[in-house]
Amino acid sequence: MVKRVVVGAHYGLKDWVIQRVSAVIMAIYVLAFLVVVLQLGSLGYQDAHQLLSNRFVKVVTLLFLVSLLMHAWIGVRDIFMDYIKPTSLRFFLQASVLIALIGYGAWALLILWS
Amino acid sequence: MKFSIYRFNPDVDEKPYMQDYDIELGPTDRMLLDAILKIKEMDDSLALRKSCREGVCGSDGMNINGKNGLACITPLKDLKEPVVLRPLPGLPVIRDLIVDMGQFFKQYNSIKPYLINDAPPPQKERLQSPEDREELNGLYECVLCACCSTSCPSFWWNPDKFVGPAALLQAYRFIADTRDEATNERLDNLEDPYRLFRCHTIMNCVDVCPKGLNPTKAIGKIKDALLKRSV
Repeated sequence: MVKRVVVGAHYGLKDWVIQRVSAVIMAIYVLAFLVVVLQLGSLGYQDAHQLLSNRFVKVVTLLFLVSLLMHAWIGVRDIFMDYIKPTSLRFFLQASVLIALIGYGAWALLILWS
Repeated sequence: MKFSIYRFNPDVDEKPYMQDYDIELGPTDRMLLDAILKIKEMDDSLALRKSCREGVCGSDGMNINGKNGLACITPLKDLKEPVVLRPLPGLPVIRDLIVDMGQFFKQYNSIKPYLINDAPPPQKERLQSPEDREELNGLYECVLCACCSTSCPSFWWNPDKFVGPAALLQAYRFIADTRDEATNERLDNLEDPYRLFRCHTIMNCVDVCPKGLNPTKAIGKIKDALLKRSV
């Protein structure tokens, strides 16, 4: 292909909003989690197991994980867009990160619901 | 007063180098530009742009002790010695302190920096309410000196794709103008991961603007407008 600057994919607003909303969700979760841990006094395997067997905690934790994965995806993609110039390398890195994040998500689901 | 100035003449020099100058200031030399012109009297090979010498034309933008600014409105008494002068970062150097602003103005042109209104003009001027006019304050004052865009890392990495703070401030100046009818097209043009969303709100632009403007705030308002029409 001839060397031309192509720009104008016309997306990005959704990602920007998701990044902000997910940041708020994570901040609330982390604060709540700290409060719970402080109340428990310790966080051994038994405490964590008991905490995560509560269905509400499970759902909220899942929400946190989804936020974390989406936030990470948008953030890392942004870094690649900023610094990685060759399109093929950028595509490869983005695809790798996406696959890794989906893998982490699946792993987290297994942990939560096993 | 001691100065260290970036020198590069592509016809003669293989590599850029820093040249030291030591000059005696007169009682009327108050701004950095006065001192540079005095240096130029000593060494007329030093090249720089300047015109109005009062912060209105935006010609003498340069990197002063690591921070972009206009030489003509930078007081000498606030500068630490030796004063290190370099061309605006991120743009190709033509010679000494003169940079090629082509990429900067290309981005400026891409936002269509003029009023678009196809309605037949009224007998007198197109009117605005005082409140609507108020919104343009802090936007129209931009002199396009490029101090902000060339202090923005996102503009350094993607000058061909990211519009940059100066042109985004100008874009919002027309989005905010109630006499302009192309708001939707303007927003369509900007809704893009590279053109607008390369801004990561680090606010270097606000820090350096010699006119005290706030491009980050204008960019935030563009994002608000995009959100408003989507939800």
